[in-house]
Amino acid sequence: MNAPEKKKLKVATTSLAGCFGCHMSFLDIDERLFDLVELVEFDRSPLTDIKHAGKCDIGLIEGGLCNAENVHVLREFRQQCDILIAVGACAINGGLPAQRNPLSLPMILEEVYHTSPGLHNGLIPNDPELPLPLDKVHPIHEVVKVDYFMPGCPPSGDTIWKVLTDLLAGKEPNLPHELLHYD
Amino acid sequence: MSKTFTLDGKEIPFEDGQTVIQAALDAGAYIPHLCHHPEFPPSGSCKLCTVKIDGRQTASCTRRAEAGMTVESDTQELNDERRSLTQMLFVEGNHFCPSCEKSGDCQLQATAYQLHMLTPHYDHFFPNRPVDASHPDYLLEFNRCILCSLCVRASRDVDGKNVFALGGRGIGTHLTVNAASHRLADTDFSADDMAAKVCPVGVILKKRVGFAVPIGQRTFDKKPAADYVDSRLPAKED
Repeated sequence: MNAPEKKKLKVATTSLAGCFGCHMSFLDIDERLFDLVELVEFDRSPLTDIKHAGKCDIGLIEGGLCNAENVHVLREFRQQCDILIAVGACAINGGLPAQRNPLSLPMILEEVYHTSPGLHNGLIPNDPELPLPLDKVHPIHEVVKVDYFMPGCPPSGDTIWKVLTDLLAGKEPNLPHELLHYD
Repeated sequence: MSKTFTLDGKEIPFEDGQTVIQAALDAGAYIPHLCHHPEFPPSGSCKLCTVKIDGRQTASCTRRAEAGMTVESDTQELNDERRSLTQMLFVEGNHFCPSCEKSGDCQLQATAYQLHMLTPHYDHFFPNRPVDASHPDYLLEFNRCILCSLCVRASRDVDGKNVFALGGRGIGTHLTVNAASHRLADTDFSADDMAAKVCPVGVILKKRVGFAVPIGQRTFDKKPAADYVDSRLPAKED
C-alpha cells in the first residue's frame, strides 16, 4: 500500500511596518529554499502574486503596526493562519520605527511634508486611498494573539530555518542560545 | 572547616557575613542578577537573584548565608519568574537593541538571552525622557535605565561626588542628575569616575566610541551571561 501523499503546508508572509529585511533574511536560507518548496506552498506573500490570504498553516509577520492598512492585513492573517509568528524586532516590540512614539504624529507629518527645507507649500497627503497612520507604532501582539516570536533585527536565515523546520516536523520551535539575539 | 550551604544540591562554602549570591558567585555558581555588583552593598531592586531558601522566596543579594541552608535557584519556577521580571524591564523602557551601541555588551540583554526571553510579552510603556547630551564626553539615554542604582552607589560611595540619584515615585521613578539644572555638564562627573563605567545597560554612554567593536567580538558574543559568574562585566578601560 502506498503511503498517502503528504500534503504541503501553506505558508503566508507579509511585511507591515517592516523594512523587508526579515524577508531578505528568510531568503538567506539560500539553497535550502529548494528543500522548503518541497514541503510548503506559499500563499499570500510579497514573493507571490496572491492578493489575499487563504486558509494557511503558518503566517509569518514582519514589521509592527503603523497604519490602518497594517491592522487590516494583520487581522486577515490571524483569521486565516493556524500559527502566526512575529518575525523580527519590529513585529515583536515595534522596533526602531517605534522611536517615533514619543513624538506627536501631526508634528512628524508637518515636518516631513510641510516645513522641511525644499518643500515649498508642501501639503500633507489626504487622499482616502492612503491608509491613515496610527498615532503610535504598536507590536503586533497588542492587536492579535501571536503564537511564536522570532527575535532579531533581522533573525538570521538559520534562525528562520530552525523555527520553520521545527514546525514542519511537528515540534515546538526551540532556538538555541547562539541563534537568539535582538540586534 | 569552613561553613557551607547547598545551592541546587551543590555545596557552597562561605565566610560569615557573606550574602548567598556573593558566596555562590565566588564558588563559580551563576545566579541571574542585574543590580548586584560584587563591589557594592546590595540594592535589592531587580529581584532577578530571587532564590528559594527552605521553601521561601527571597533575594539572594540581601540574604546572609547560613550554614546548612538549602537554596534552590536554577528551577523552572524561578527562571520563569525571572524571565517575567526581565520582560517587565524591557517594556518599561525603550530597549531598541538594534540601534543601541551597548548591544552585545549589555547585562540586561545578555540576561534576557540567558533566560531565553523570545519576546517582552507585555504591552510597551514607550517612555519619553529626553537625552542629556550636555556633557562634552558622556551622554545619558534615560529611556534605557533599569533603576539598578549602580551609578548612584558608585558616584556616592566610590567617587564621593553624588552625581546621580533616583527621583520620583512608582512608575515615575527615574534617574536624575544632582545639579540645579539636572544637566550632567553642570556636575563634576568625569571619565575617571567609577560611575562612568558601571552602568549595566545603555544609559551612561561615552561619546564618539559607539559601535567600535565588531559583531562577534562583543562581550556577550563570546560568552553568555552565566560565564561571568565571578563578577559583573569587568570595568572597561577607556
